[in-house]
Amino acid sequence: MSIFKKIMTAIRGGASEAGEAIIDANATRIFEQEIRDAENHLTKAKRDLTGVMAEQMSAKREVDRLSREVSEHEGYAMQALNKGDETLAVAVAEKIANLESSLADQQQAHDSFSGSADRLKELVKKSERQVAEHKRQLSMVKTTESVQKATSAITDNFSSSNSKLLSAKDSLERIKAKQQKFDDKMKAAELLESEDSDTSLQAQLKAAGIGSPDSSATSVLERLKAKQK
Amino acid sequence: MNIHTIADHLNSLADNSDTGMSFDCQPISGEVDVLQISILGREELPVFVSVTEDQILCISYLWGSEEVKPECVNAMHESMLEMNIPMPLSSFSKIGDKYVVFGALSISSSFDDVEHELAVLSNNAVEVIDDMSEYLL
Repeated sequence: MSIFKKIMTAIRGGASEAGEAIIDANATRIFEQEIRDAENHLTKAKRDLTGVMAEQMSAKREVDRLSREVSEHEGYAMQALNKGDETLAVAVAEKIANLESSLADQQQAHDSFSGSADRLKELVKKSERQVAEHKRQLSMVKTTESVQKATSAITDNFSSSNSKLLSAKDSLERIKAKQQKFDDKMKAAELLESEDSDTSLQAQLKAAGIGSPDSSATSVLERLKAKQK
Repeated sequence: MNIHTIADHLNSLADNSDTGMSFDCQPISGEVDVLQISILGREELPVFVSVTEDQILCISYLWGSEEVKPECVNAMHESMLEMNIPMPLSSFSKIGDKYVVFGALSISSSFDDVEHELAVLSNNAVEVIDDMSEYLL
């Protein structure tokens, strides 16, 4: 059964009760140990791979060197033949034969190292995928358990703090009411501010002698004087 | 990253959060440490944060099964499934008999990411209750 199924079954089966673990702690520990083992193997496989790849590179260098020497000696043999020195040409040809046999050996070694390296690379990739998968599964188990424990802590806290749990609708009503109150306050503040700026504008106008002048004792007197005439 | 560093960060924000929200953090002790985060003006819908080995879980409780109109359960489930992807950063789930919205962050997230997550989660929770209230008693 997949971990996913196990968790689902456990939750459905009521293992969500506080204290009851989805998968017993021992099994989780074994699983964790398996993951650690797999990671150790992976580290070793990677080290092996580095070794094999180094061998492969040195074999490749040897193959290149021998190939170069073969063609070099082929040139010498041709030159000896051109000069009519059959004996020398035979000696060079023997040397070439030796070189070619070494070359074949090195080529074989190189091919075998390449094969091993490819296999190891595949193995490393496969192991990495497996470890990642196991870690994901372990994370699912641990998260489920952690959420259950967190939930029981939250529930305990609620019941101990004596705060009554509101229904979702009541909570929403309260939040909306608070928001409304806040909005109203903001509006009132804005209104006040705009009124303030109105009065201050009036004051400025008056100071500049613009707008309707105040009735003052002088202006009343002036008006009376005008009537007298 | 643990609940205490998150609490320190959120408390140090005070009025200077980038999200315009004020957070009040209160650790709840238990087998797993949980941080109860109240958002100013939304104290009724706290967000609970717990930190595991690889992720930070932020959960807000929506309503209990008993608050759902019995004839509306299927329609509500359907709406929740349909809303799951459009709803930014959060997803629906059920813990015991309680419906929740939650967001999970990588353990390597920054404090800004956590703050953003909490703000979005809280907005989602309020909006979801508003939009789904037709299914509720």
